[in-house]
Amino acid sequence: MKSVGRPPVVDLALPSGIAQPLSVERSRVLSRLRGGDAFFRHITRAAAVIVLLILGGVIFSLIRGSVPAFRAFGLNFFVEQSWNPVTERFGALPPIYGTLVTSFIAMLIAVPFGLLITLFLTELAPIWMRRPIGIAVELLAGIPSIIYGIWGLFVLAPFLQAHVQPAVIDFFSCVPVVSSYQGKCLVVPGASLLFAGPPYGIGMLTAGIILAIMVLPFITSISRDVFEAVPPVLKEAAYGIGCTTWEVVRFVVLPYSRVGVLGGVMLALGRALGETMAVTFVIGNAHRIQASLFAPATTISATIANEFNEAVGDLYISSLIALGLILFIITFIVLAIARYMLLRMERRIG
Amino acid sequence: MLKLYRARRRRNARVIFFSIGATLIGLSALAAILGTLLYQGLSGLSLDVFTQMTPPPGSDGGGLLNPIVGSLIMTSLAVVVGTPVGILAGTYMAEYGRYAKLSMVVRFINDILLSAPSIVIGLFVYEILVAPMGHFSAFAGVIALSLLVVPVVVRTTEDMLLLVPKELREAASALGMPRSKVIQKVSYRAARAGMITGVLLAVARISGETAPLLFTALNNQFFSIDLNAPMASLPYVIFQFAMSPYHQWQALAWIGALIITFAVLALSIVARSLTAATKG
Repeated sequence: MKSVGRPPVVDLALPSGIAQPLSVERSRVLSRLRGGDAFFRHITRAAAVIVLLILGGVIFSLIRGSVPAFRAFGLNFFVEQSWNPVTERFGALPPIYGTLVTSFIAMLIAVPFGLLITLFLTELAPIWMRRPIGIAVELLAGIPSIIYGIWGLFVLAPFLQAHVQPAVIDFFSCVPVVSSYQGKCLVVPGASLLFAGPPYGIGMLTAGIILAIMVLPFITSISRDVFEAVPPVLKEAAYGIGCTTWEVVRFVVLPYSRVGVLGGVMLALGRALGETMAVTFVIGNAHRIQASLFAPATTISATIANEFNEAVGDLYISSLIALGLILFIITFIVLAIARYMLLRMERRIG
Repeated sequence: MLKLYRARRRRNARVIFFSIGATLIGLSALAAILGTLLYQGLSGLSLDVFTQMTPPPGSDGGGLLNPIVGSLIMTSLAVVVGTPVGILAGTYMAEYGRYAKLSMVVRFINDILLSAPSIVIGLFVYEILVAPMGHFSAFAGVIALSLLVVPVVVRTTEDMLLLVPKELREAASALGMPRSKVIQKVSYRAARAGMITGVLLAVARISGETAPLLFTALNNQFFSIDLNAPMASLPYVIFQFAMSPYHQWQALAWIGALIITFAVLALSIVARSLTAATKG
């Protein structure tokens, strides 16, 4: 290490150098150093405790803020569907439902895509391609969430509305009406409910797609790390007995790295659950539970973002804070599981 | 036998096809987003954007001077507040209490804070600062953002200090250096590039954050550098203008989006290349 070639010990300890130091001066310098040492140690420790206090403070203030709401509604808050500021009846079920469904859609899309991209980056792509493509995918993580929101609202939603949603609705609704897919329709039980209604463009599916793009880099970067941690000997042995690339990944790489991949997926899920701005733009803000994925809905974070500043009355504000508390608890659990799994993976890698 | 082999080959080819397809789709998503930003934002980008205030609704012209200044002020103050806490906490975990219980707990909590929903941080700061003070303020915004800086800096500081070879510390200690000086003069120096990367990543993270500012700094349509008053910020103005029905506001939102995205991407690329240089 060149940067530390000359540890300036001597001039630190004694300004006059080591030649014949006065013993008085020496002990004074030493005690000053000892004091500084203890001081530094204590402030680093205090800073570490501050991190804990931040979390404690967040939980405490959310609980305190949500007390009025829980006192007024009790556990009904979780199952109540209405959200009415006029009559002051608030229920958390629609936002919770929207949060879970949009995140689930996001995972449904992002996990296979993420793993396929990782497969490409670790097994298929020529070496010179891996770095640039890897960086490009990770750049997706650097784009601020509000950009995803405005892109989703002005580009993706109109595109889905004009080109994708009508076709999908026709495809799954086996009603003999005049459509561009005459005769060609698919009878899937329930699908006509999932993909029904007018194509607004915005809605749960659009939010899910946006979230999928946002969390994609989290899945690829973590699964890439754990894929690359698989001992080459294992893979070579499998290739040696004639396995195809897919078989090596399916039967050697994935089983070995399963915990780590799951950890990455949970981490991405935690992100998707708490994402605010991107979803707020495209979710449609409807406090209703509807079966159709094309229907506008709302999520916890979107509800808070949209309504908090306009909320009047203690109960309204408290209900929104209670929503925040629920969101925080859900993401806390998901992220804790993610951490636990990644820790297990780290131990295995050693 | 040959039939089975052919089936396996076919399945493999199919997976490879999907794998390449998925990569292309992922890359085209990035290209589509950046392309839209350039297409929508570049045409309106002029000097006015940086010298004019945000216009009132429905009028032409105007720029983004007050939100740009507001973002710069709040981001830099948040870094000034959050970085020391982050570096010191990371130092404790990597240097003093590497195997202490406190470090393990802090590591776990910090990782959760790293991915915790930022809107919840906004609610927290609203509860502790905005509600008692009775009004929105840039100061509350700074605190909210700095709470997001801390976990990023803690994480990178700890990681980078753990990479410093212990022989360096031992050599310094053997020369009689007190522990705090070993850390400040040896460990910090060896880990400097990585720690700077952490700060840059934190800047990149908070300069695009909107959710924590919604209930803290709010917005201000006038030029203001008063920390005790609401302050405009680029992400908030993008949010407000993009959702508005006014054409000129939407155009400005795209310009703001372009500026912020490329600033953030440039920052993260610089940050990455810093660590890449020290590793390689």
